Amino acid sequence: MPNTAAPESDAPLLDVRGLEATFAGARGRLEAIRGVDLTVQSGETLGLVGESGCGKSVTMLAVMGLLPPSVRITGSIRFRGQELAGRPQQELAKLRGARIGMIFQDPMTALNPVLTIGAQIAEAIRIHDAAVSARAAAARAVEMLTLVAIPFPERRALQYPHELSGGMRQRAMIAMAMANEPDLLIADEPTTALDVTVQAQIIELLRRLQATHRMGLVLISHDLGIVAGAADRVAIMYAGRIVEQGAVEDIFDRPRHPYTRGLLASLPKIDNQAARLTAIDGAPPSLAARPSGCAFHPRCRHAAEICVARDPELRDVGGVAVACHLAEAIDAAAAAPPDQLASQPTGMA
Amino acid sequence: MASAAPALAAAVRPRWLTTPVVLGGLIAVFWISVALTVGWWPIHDAFLATGGRLGPPDATHWLGTDKLARDVLSRTLHGAQYSLPIGLAVIASAVAIGATLGAIAGFVGGLIDAAIMRLVDVTLSFPAILLAMAVTASIGPGLRNATIAMIIVWWPNYARLMRAQVLAVREREHVEAAIAAGASAPRVLVRHILPLCWSPILVNATMDFGQVVLQAASLSFIGLGASPPTPEWGQMISEGARNFYQWWIAFGPGMAILSVALGFNFLGDGLRDILDPRTQ
Repeated sequence: MPNTAAPESDAPLLDVRGLEATFAGARGRLEAIRGVDLTVQSGETLGLVGESGCGKSVTMLAVMGLLPPSVRITGSIRFRGQELAGRPQQELAKLRGARIGMIFQDPMTALNPVLTIGAQIAEAIRIHDAAVSARAAAARAVEMLTLVAIPFPERRALQYPHELSGGMRQRAMIAMAMANEPDLLIADEPTTALDVTVQAQIIELLRRLQATHRMGLVLISHDLGIVAGAADRVAIMYAGRIVEQGAVEDIFDRPRHPYTRGLLASLPKIDNQAARLTAIDGAPPSLAARPSGCAFHPRCRHAAEICVARDPELRDVGGVAVACHLAEAIDAAAAAPPDQLASQPTGMA
Repeated sequence: MASAAPALAAAVRPRWLTTPVVLGGLIAVFWISVALTVGWWPIHDAFLATGGRLGPPDATHWLGTDKLARDVLSRTLHGAQYSLPIGLAVIASAVAIGATLGAIAGFVGGLIDAAIMRLVDVTLSFPAILLAMAVTASIGPGLRNATIAMIIVWWPNYARLMRAQVLAVREREHVEAAIAAGASAPRVLVRHILPLCWSPILVNATMDFGQVVLQAASLSFIGLGASPPTPEWGQMISEGARNFYQWWIAFGPGMAILSVALGFNFLGDGLRDILDPRTQ
């Protein structure tokens, strides 16, 4: 890689512009993501939030170059200033695991069942540096297991995935992803398959590693609690687009987009004794039948004519990027007491 | 005491260790050791006349003698030296060829997949014994050519099996994780897909072994395999068929073929129970 020696210092670690991914389906083309813009800086955690099927994982798989060749990808993916989109697989393979690490959702299935933990970590090291001896790689694997706080690392390195608990396996996955000290770590729902108590430990571990290695971290999750605790910035995705992006405090304290508001409102609150939880009416649109205009308008109680007619662009509203025609009005109404908001007539433009 | 013994046996004995598996294992061990050591056994010579012609079973010739006065039991036991290596050669080559092509077809896909699998379809569209006969007849009779013919008949089974396995395993998340770790395509195939593909191949290879032995005997029976002095089972049954009322001539090799086919089938069944998690 000739360019890694002198990355443009002012370029963000990861800069995605206008990313689109189109799947060739049986009934025509399906746009899984359409125009995603996001950036990640070194030492920053970006939380990527959205419902199942909104395109979170597809976005990151596109960044890794892991989507099947039949998927058409357009737009720009810059990693330390170098364009990744359209690069051949062999070149991407040199980046994957070396400069960009990835952690998968289910540690039960993401580890090779017939190789020991140590062998898998050692392999991740030797793939990218054939000069490392097998013995040195094995020693480094034990070191990595120590780093992710696995007790008895020498013994664990010789065990197979089925001999470890879910939390241990996810730690091993993280050790594997961290083995080459990547600049960017993509964690795709790293805690979804784990117990709540273990979730906190894994997030804590990721935060510690991110701080000590000054990595960029993309935390894909549908768990707002985890994102609120771990992320510096948050991007909310809906139906293949980012609908709101900004600093974590801004988004959680004062969500502008009706979808974000709906997500936050649907969280159960410990002091709320009401029997029913709040839900967003309706279901996310299918890829094949996306509504006209703003994809959220059929479920949005603020929707106006303009929402049906035109898809809103991401624009700056009070320091946060929001893709909503009515963001200012909704924001202003939110400052008023909540019962007034409820009585707002829909369709105020 | 009487009730404790079966309970203890059930607790100690693994679930897959059933009577057929034990029987199959014993038969396989018996024939393999016969094939390896029969030269040193204190039995009659398999090629020389050792008594009266067409003699019925008695104390010196437990399975009688054939029309050239050779001991049928000795010839049957020596037959293992032909049938078992042929079975092994056919299965090993068929697995090597079939698994390699099947793995490539499943992993690479596209035109290569289509080409390999159409070749498999064409081969499998002929009845196995007919194709083996046609190939042997065209390249000339003899044990070596019969072996080659059977490899041609058997490899497509393993290609299909391996392709299906690769297609299933490559969708697993650990394969994606390996790619995400920067592994090259050959490494992904060899280290992260193939090691998880072998168990059905192993089970089928064990079961097919008996079938191959039977097929080799069939080719010899119709004169396309072993030629007369050779104590090959199919060849011996062919001789026995010409002396139909001296039933013992065909009885020895017939039972040998039956036991090998049955034994390896039982063994394959047991292997499947061990290796296939779905049956547990």
